[in-house]
Amino acid sequence: MNLQILPAPVRKSIVVKTGIDKAFAVFTGSMGRWWPATHSTNRASPLAEVIMEPSPQGRWYERGQDGSECQWGHVIAWEPPHRVLLAWQLNGEWQFDPGLVTELEIRFTPQGAHATRVELEHRNLERLGDHAERARTAFDGEGGWAGLLAAYADIAAR
Amino acid sequence: MTYAFAALADPTRRRIFERLATGPAPVGQLAKGLPISRPAVSQHLAALKNAGLVTDHAEGTRRIYRIDPNGLAAIRIWLDQFWTEALANYAAEIERSPGDTP
Repeated sequence: MNLQILPAPVRKSIVVKTGIDKAFAVFTGSMGRWWPATHSTNRASPLAEVIMEPSPQGRWYERGQDGSECQWGHVIAWEPPHRVLLAWQLNGEWQFDPGLVTELEIRFTPQGAHATRVELEHRNLERLGDHAERARTAFDGEGGWAGLLAAYADIAAR
Repeated sequence: MTYAFAALADPTRRRIFERLATGPAPVGQLAKGLPISRPAVSQHLAALKNAGLVTDHAEGTRRIYRIDPNGLAAIRIWLDQFWTEALANYAAEIERSPGDTP
């Protein structure tokens, strides 16, 4: 059997109660305010800010509380307020890998004046395959699935 | 080593896979509630196994299937959970910040 079928992209959709401009601005410009703090590539310092430079080829990176910077990827397409396409270059161990590009596309669609549908697609996940085995550690460990669910329960309970 | 990722495009196969994501199960249990025969379920499981998405082991006369934690599927599930959490945080952040202008 010579079957080559790719893993389905991760697709998510959510409606937020604000206009499209603010929906786009909070997603791209204030990412550090909502990014799960458990998910940082910086082993030295907790996440303080996530910066997405607003243009194609712009850098996408986190800044730690000590000012150190860790690259996450870059902007491929910048089309405010409707769409942004990012190169996610973090591997299964949550480390930057310049040789890895998975695409993360976010689309914003107005639902009237005060609501916006946000659709997210994280694709090319097969490119993470080289790291699949090592990712087991991440998946099983504190930062993995179990850790995520615990963090989510914390937030939901607030 | 090449990864031949089988079969997550096939809806029945994806359904079987998603059921395994909730815990290990034997063929008979997976076949329940699916509109296909047990041999057909076995064929789908063989394809998932070929693709490195599931593993199996014998338990008495039964074969128990589970998601292969070394496979890419683990990353996909993990990212799926991650984005669910991240978008929930994002929506909460929008509700916290006043006004409709950034």
